[in-house]
Amino acid sequence: MATLLDESLTGSLAVRQLSVYYGDKKALGPVTMTIPGRQVTALIGPSGCGKSTFLRSLNRMNEMIPGCRVEGVVKLDEESIYGPGVDAVAVRRRIGMVFQRSNPFPKSIYDNVAYGLRLGGMKDRSELGGRVERALKHAALWEEVKDRLNESALGLSGGQQQRLCIARALAVEPDVLLMDEPASALDPIATAHIEELIHELARDYTVVIVTHNMQQAARVSHNTAFFYMGDLIEFDTTQTIFTKPTQSRTEDYITGRFG
Amino acid sequence: MAGREHTDREYEHELRQLREQLLVMGSHVESIIGDSIQALLERDSKLAERTIAADKVVNRMEVELDGLCLQILARRQPVASDLRFITLVLKVVTDLERIADLGVNICERVLELNAEPQLKPYVDIPHMGREAQSMLREVLDAFVAKDAERARKVIDRDEVVDALYAQVFRELLTFMMESAHNVYRATRLQSIAKYLERMADHTTNLAEMVIFMVDGQDVRHLTSREEPGTNDPRREHN
Repeated sequence: MATLLDESLTGSLAVRQLSVYYGDKKALGPVTMTIPGRQVTALIGPSGCGKSTFLRSLNRMNEMIPGCRVEGVVKLDEESIYGPGVDAVAVRRRIGMVFQRSNPFPKSIYDNVAYGLRLGGMKDRSELGGRVERALKHAALWEEVKDRLNESALGLSGGQQQRLCIARALAVEPDVLLMDEPASALDPIATAHIEELIHELARDYTVVIVTHNMQQAARVSHNTAFFYMGDLIEFDTTQTIFTKPTQSRTEDYITGRFG
Repeated sequence: MAGREHTDREYEHELRQLREQLLVMGSHVESIIGDSIQALLERDSKLAERTIAADKVVNRMEVELDGLCLQILARRQPVASDLRFITLVLKVVTDLERIADLGVNICERVLELNAEPQLKPYVDIPHMGREAQSMLREVLDAFVAKDAERARKVIDRDEVVDALYAQVFRELLTFMMESAHNVYRATRLQSIAKYLERMADHTTNLAEMVIFMVDGQDVRHLTSREEPGTNDPRREHN
């Protein structure tokens, strides 16, 4: 299996012998790979291949599923996220997540972005205001909403709501952003905005994105990992995966010769 | 091309159609090479004219195949071996069309030569013609069989044609030095030899493309580059 690119960049995720079980049933692994920091890594594969399970295990979201058990090691910059005494909430602050369907709270735009910060105990108004503005700018939404920060987030378009959710995740200043099909419910223009944003985000964050849209993986990511039946089949640069994959199962999947 | 068929049968059909059309075009070009040499040997002006006319079919096929490639690129967004195959076809048709044009050029020179008595018995030029034709057939077979090794052997044969061309050129020079009356015919024969030598060069390009399609390895201009794989995309990330 081809692996790894530049591991020296900060924000890299070292995954070692990671397996995930739902009850007695093994859903994933063991997977060993290093997700390079400050780059976009796409996870592709057919439904049920384990890519979303893998994504959720990168910030301990699986723990919220009853009967789910995780084995192995995940380290963010040499720090184990499953280590004894490591707080799952603290992990999720450093490794944020954006979901398939945008899920803004029924609150104002400002309150949505400030939510995580307030939860973390931040009270200072000017500090909050600065962080909200920075997050909205990072999520390329500031120009569109700066004059209506107190209006309901539910009044935004689908694409804007998804960018708001990205801003909400960015407000707590994470190192890594996990995205589960972030554009699958959006029209092509809103999708293009999100994809452009993903490019921008990779300057400051490590981005891991699950997508069913192969062209999207090819467009936005630096590296691509192909999962099948709970195993990592191939991990390489996106250019290699989409022009000259080494594994025939990868080739069959991306060229549409599956099943 | 991966061994298995696409889940989408229409896409599979389009790719098969592209492959078959490319082979039909290749066989037309092969015939043009053979006929042009036969027209020279048998001083057959009618055959030369028919061969010139046959080039129109090749030209039309080039346009049609280009169109089919663009259609697949736009509608299917091919990747991996499919992408390598489509880009191969786009380039192969250009070389095939050029080979056919060179066949037409041979026939034009034949028509000029047939207006004069034959300068000398032809030995090396038909040898070059057979070699160019057989190289093309071999490349097309390597393409069908997805056999990179076979394509590599075709590349090696280019040297044989180059050596024959040098020999023909030296011989024709002696004819031209002997008498100024020989110059008109000798320069035409020299052009024909040059066309055949160029055909072999184009066929070498085709062989390189077949290797790329099969192995994903770019073997062009290797002497002027470090080694295969120096354009390793992973370097971008380091």
